[in-house]
Amino acid sequence: MTEPLVRIEGVSKSFGSFQAVKNVSLQIEKGEIFSLLGGSGCGKTTLLRMLAGFEAPTQGRIFIDGVDMAAVPPWERPVHMMFQSYALFPHMTVEKNIGYGLKHDAMSNAGRQARVREMLELVQLTPFATRKPHQISGGQRQRVALARALARQPKLLLLDEPLAALDKKLREHTQFELMSIQERTGVTFIVVTHDQEEAMTLSDRIAVMDQGVVRQVGRPGAVYEFPNSKFVANFLGSINAFDAKVTAIGEQISVDVPALGQTVIARAVAGVSVGQSLTMALRPEKITIHRAPVEGANVLAGGVKDLAYFGKDSLYRVALPSGALVSVHAVNAARASDDERLADWDDKVWLSFDPASVLLLTD
Amino acid sequence: MKRSNTFLLTMLGFGFAFFYVPILSMIVYSFNASRLATVWGGFSTKWYGTLLSNAQVGKALTLSLEIAVISSTTATILGTMAGIALARFTTFRGRTLFSGLVTAPLIMPEVITGISSLIFFILLGQYLGWPAARGFTTVTLAHITFSMVFVTTIVQSRMLSADRAIEEAAMDLGAKPWQVLRDVTLPVISPAILSGWLLAFTISMDDVVITNFTTGPGTTTLPILIWSKVKLGVTPDINALATLIVLTVGLCVLAAGVGMNRAERRAERDRRLAYRANQ
Repeated sequence: MTEPLVRIEGVSKSFGSFQAVKNVSLQIEKGEIFSLLGGSGCGKTTLLRMLAGFEAPTQGRIFIDGVDMAAVPPWERPVHMMFQSYALFPHMTVEKNIGYGLKHDAMSNAGRQARVREMLELVQLTPFATRKPHQISGGQRQRVALARALARQPKLLLLDEPLAALDKKLREHTQFELMSIQERTGVTFIVVTHDQEEAMTLSDRIAVMDQGVVRQVGRPGAVYEFPNSKFVANFLGSINAFDAKVTAIGEQISVDVPALGQTVIARAVAGVSVGQSLTMALRPEKITIHRAPVEGANVLAGGVKDLAYFGKDSLYRVALPSGALVSVHAVNAARASDDERLADWDDKVWLSFDPASVLLLTD
Repeated sequence: MKRSNTFLLTMLGFGFAFFYVPILSMIVYSFNASRLATVWGGFSTKWYGTLLSNAQVGKALTLSLEIAVISSTTATILGTMAGIALARFTTFRGRTLFSGLVTAPLIMPEVITGISSLIFFILLGQYLGWPAARGFTTVTLAHITFSMVFVTTIVQSRMLSADRAIEEAAMDLGAKPWQVLRDVTLPVISPAILSGWLLAFTISMDDVVITNFTTGPGTTTLPILIWSKVKLGVTPDINALATLIVLTVGLCVLAAGVGMNRAERRAERDRRLAYRANQ
């Protein structure tokens, strides 16, 4: 097995009595875009700052390219960081900002200038080389910060909420630009973000963090479709979650869901036993909404209580006879006027879903 | 509406009169031909001539400038270091004590600072033989002590409002701590350092109380000279001197105003550049 680029072994960090990071172990491969995803205060930024060397772990070790980083100061690490505030040097031009790191390398003046020009081209800022940071737009500042961090060809680039300061349109565009730059340079990216969509689109793998602990690591699809806990399921996208009890295990699993007033059939999974209490969860987009009664195992009847129309899709909140509310996401595939919509307020509807879509969460 | 407007204008007029009529009358009387400060004896510029040929005034002005330059520069170096330390090192042994000691002179009555400096210098002279006599050195030292706190306060508040990430970014890009200080921290806080220096310089230039306590024979700064001359009665040449000082200060304020106006226009242009770059 080849050595991963970054190996984090049992790292914890405490600030006084507050434990920001608890026993985190992660391996990040060369060339990956790896995201640390979590809400504020989950420890993702602290972990990033430990990789950069601004904080020392209270416990555990960090290896980058096989070298223990414990005694390596920030200025000697083969790691560069793109700060959330971009942290551009306000008194230097775009050019000088990008070239700042190169000053500390043994490099000819001509080589340095060539590298700066190359970076300016990479982020398409050549016409703005002699501007100061306050003379360019927010999106351009973000690109200067990126170019500055990439100029010294780091083994690892740390990005702290790289897109948080940009507006929505620019963010989408920049996301793809980041991915293409990563592809061209081959540098490993670790991205800290609180935005699940950003993490899903950017990354090869995601680590979902909560209260200093890594809850799940995996490819975006795997984490979204096969969450290992109610927390992860809820953090990535939304779910309908109900308490349930396993009643039978055969080719498929039957669970009794009191809130729905019926038994739900789920695909067989390992690690559950009859009589076990767990959470039955369903993603809103996995449920189909019907205007007429349908046959089959997992069918619920109810009335539309709320309706939110988003244009390309709609969110229905369906009240069941038991009083439970189920959210359903439906794509508005057909063009329809207001009065010929799929379902309207107070309409009687039937909901159906595939046993394979049912999530049984024990955590 | 109309009435309250009249009222406001009247009050404004009174306010300005309160500030500037004394200064104006002083300027007018500096052109008084009469020797008596309060009796108008016709227009004359002879007191300016007297003033310029007065070697004592020239010497005092030079001395004041020397003391001000040396003390404000030293105070700026020390004060900047203290300001950076207080802003960056949030936890070290005795930080609260240090912070208190640094800012205490800000609220200490000048008389107390003056007396304690005097006693300190006398004791030093007795036990160490240095400073042998009070004069240039002791005045400069005293000025450093009480003007340093202003620099510290200004630098500290600038440091606290600056983005810490900028220094971290420099360090991250391979700069050792001293390089971070040279390349990033000092340039970013340089406006604060400059205004700290200017403040220290101004305070040193016009200090009477503390200088009075710490000075010795032969070391007469300009404020002390004016003070001792006035004790014998206000003479028109003092009026002339004061007029020249007002003129200097006025020109400085005017220059600062023009500079600020220009900086504002430059900032406005930069904002437009940034906006257009966005399109």
